[in-house]
Amino acid sequence: MMKLKKCAKKILFKNGTIIDPILEKGYKGDVLVENGKIAAVGKVDVKNAEVIDCSGLIVTHGFCDLHVHFREPGREDKETLETGSRAALAGGFTRVCTMPNTNPPIDSPESIRFIYEKAKECPIHIHPIGAATKGQLGQELTEMAGMSTEGAIAFSDDGLPIMDGGVMRRVLEYGGMLDKPIINHAEDVCLRNDGVMNEGRMSTRLGLPGNPVEAEGVMVHRDLELARLTGAKLHVPHVSTATAVKHVTDMKKDYKHISAEVTPHHLFFTDDDLFEYNTNLKVAPPIRRNEDRAALIKGFKSGAIDCIATDHAPHTIEEKESTFDVAAFGMIGLESCLGAVLKVLVHEEKIDLMTVIKALTVNPREVMGFITNLFENNTDAELTIFDPEETWEFTKGDIYSKSSNSPFIGKSLVGKVKYTVSKSYLAII
Amino acid sequence: MSLQQRHLLGLEGYPAEDIQTIIDTAFTFREVLDRPIKKVPSLQGKTIVNLFFENSTRTRISFELAQKRLSADTVNFSASTSSLKKGESFKDTVQNIEAMKIDACVIRHPTPGAALRLTEYVDAVVINAGDGTHEHPTQAILDMTSLYEKFGYLKGLKVGIIGDISHSRVALSNIHGLITMGADVTLCGPATLIPPYIEELGVNVSYKIDEVIEWADALNVLRIQMERMGVSLFPSIREYRSLFGITTERLANHKKEIVIMHPGPMNRGVEIESAVADGDQAIILDQVLNGVASRMAILYLLLGGKTE
Ligand SMILES: [Zn+2]
Repeated sequence: MMKLKKCAKKILFKNGTIIDPILEKGYKGDVLVENGKIAAVGKVDVKNAEVIDCSGLIVTHGFCDLHVHFREPGREDKETLETGSRAALAGGFTRVCTMPNTNPPIDSPESIRFIYEKAKECPIHIHPIGAATKGQLGQELTEMAGMSTEGAIAFSDDGLPIMDGGVMRRVLEYGGMLDKPIINHAEDVCLRNDGVMNEGRMSTRLGLPGNPVEAEGVMVHRDLELARLTGAKLHVPHVSTATAVKHVTDMKKDYKHISAEVTPHHLFFTDDDLFEYNTNLKVAPPIRRNEDRAALIKGFKSGAIDCIATDHAPHTIEEKESTFDVAAFGMIGLESCLGAVLKVLVHEEKIDLMTVIKALTVNPREVMGFITNLFENNTDAELTIFDPEETWEFTKGDIYSKSSNSPFIGKSLVGKVKYTVSKSYLAII
Repeated sequence: MSLQQRHLLGLEGYPAEDIQTIIDTAFTFREVLDRPIKKVPSLQGKTIVNLFFENSTRTRISFELAQKRLSADTVNFSASTSSLKKGESFKDTVQNIEAMKIDACVIRHPTPGAALRLTEYVDAVVINAGDGTHEHPTQAILDMTSLYEKFGYLKGLKVGIIGDISHSRVALSNIHGLITMGADVTLCGPATLIPPYIEELGVNVSYKIDEVIEWADALNVLRIQMERMGVSLFPSIREYRSLFGITTERLANHKKEIVIMHPGPMNRGVEIESAVADGDQAIILDQVLNGVASRMAILYLLLGGKTE
């Protein structure tokens, strides 16, 4: 059971392997946190400190997730900012960006203010992403300037693609003027149609309506071109297909304000895993073929994909324990993230740990313009301390979200978060 | 004699020897159906519930008749009589039924995977009577029984499946069953109604009905659902008929014997001309009779019925 307490006045994380994703260096050492701030990093001798032995553990920046759904306001039965924060801490996340598809959607300065105020009380840093269009209807621009003033960090209609290319252009122009990243849930709604899983051999076998890879490919391509046209920052969420990786790779050669994220579940599962109609694997965009998964891994290696984001999407049991066609789209992902990505990327694919840590720390912070050099003295401490080798089975008991819709339950993962330090709290997991 | 799998959920991966066992057993029940008293006590004391979350008069009647001929007790549940919305209280509904201590569930449901889901909620034997656009294994078995009756073999038999393959559980189960039994299968219909990647199941795809007629020993003509026209999967009945309709004129051009099947209900004059449906080449009514016999065989084999 996770324990959450206020940090002692002085707390020394001793004998860990410090991985500094800014300097791209790993070394043995200690981190001293005093009054919730970084006081020293390296070889530290100090008296009167609470000492936490970190031998065998990695000590690094707190993870940052660009893409979570915390359901407040409107569906507090699924998740609140408070319960979502606990799930984040359990997964080593000290900072998250919440998507605006709540009920009602976060589409005004007032509603951004609501999240901002509530988030103050939470043990992690929560940044609201504002809706790009009013009511997320894909038609009229929101008051992005006013929303930015109140704390909106980026703009997106996530969950709902902005289908009208003309509107998307305006969103990029206006958001670009404010220097805020724009995130479009990239699926062509007409091509996706009523698809509930990837279109392919598996959807044909299972008799389920398919969502073709082209639904993502054409939309990502359009968004990239419009980003270049407008000069805006575009962040491509949950890339799931080989074609989208290719488009992002190509455009990055041409235009630099592009970033992209991949989810742990798109790296971990393939559509073959849906053979028993497991509704916890029903997600948008869908779990794709193995060749897409391989392309995501390759795109991650090459740097085309620079961030890992969970798209943590809680749903009630009733909405998932249903037949496949009516079950809700989405899965939770904060608690299982590290174990899933280390297993796939580091242990199976032999990608170096530094690249993976950067995708969880510096890179997403850069996308959003957050402070990145977290080991600088006097910075508010955001630390994640984990065992990179521990093999463990993910169970319901590891979930702190209010919902438990995870296909990782029962899966063997590698890498486990032990301590998270955030906003002067110490979480012992 | 028994089958390797406890349930009949679909024919994907279903063992060939078990399909053959069901077909052979169906023929022994065909003989029962020809008797003046068409009833055997094989499943006396067994209770079977027919769970129909979607209307299907033909399939339900066929199952009910099979159950009565085997002397089983049956209960019918249909969603239309219980104001049940699809999906929502599926679990509650079936667990209520399970609490009544039944031996087998026959389920028809509009959602793919519903029959599999049912096995998670109940201890009874589950027989899939059609789960959305996924499978309809008993229909495929009765189709294969009819082909076997007509030809005496399935291995190497050339079967064309004509029409809306994308939205057809009948097509998918037939494909799996026929391929398993060594038949050759060609699908033919408008490109908009052929599912992507279907060739990976081991079938051929053609858009030329005359080539398929020339090639095939038998055609299984599927029902065209008129509502598909509205979402522009095909432009008009006129055009469908001219490209894929099975007419006497078209068959006559080929000067060959060919067996015509249809799972029903037919749109006469659309996918099949009346004269063809009622003609000598059609075995559509044999399919109906074999439907009862095949379902008797399946129930008997799955519920461990006693021989007379
Ligand atoms: Zn999304």
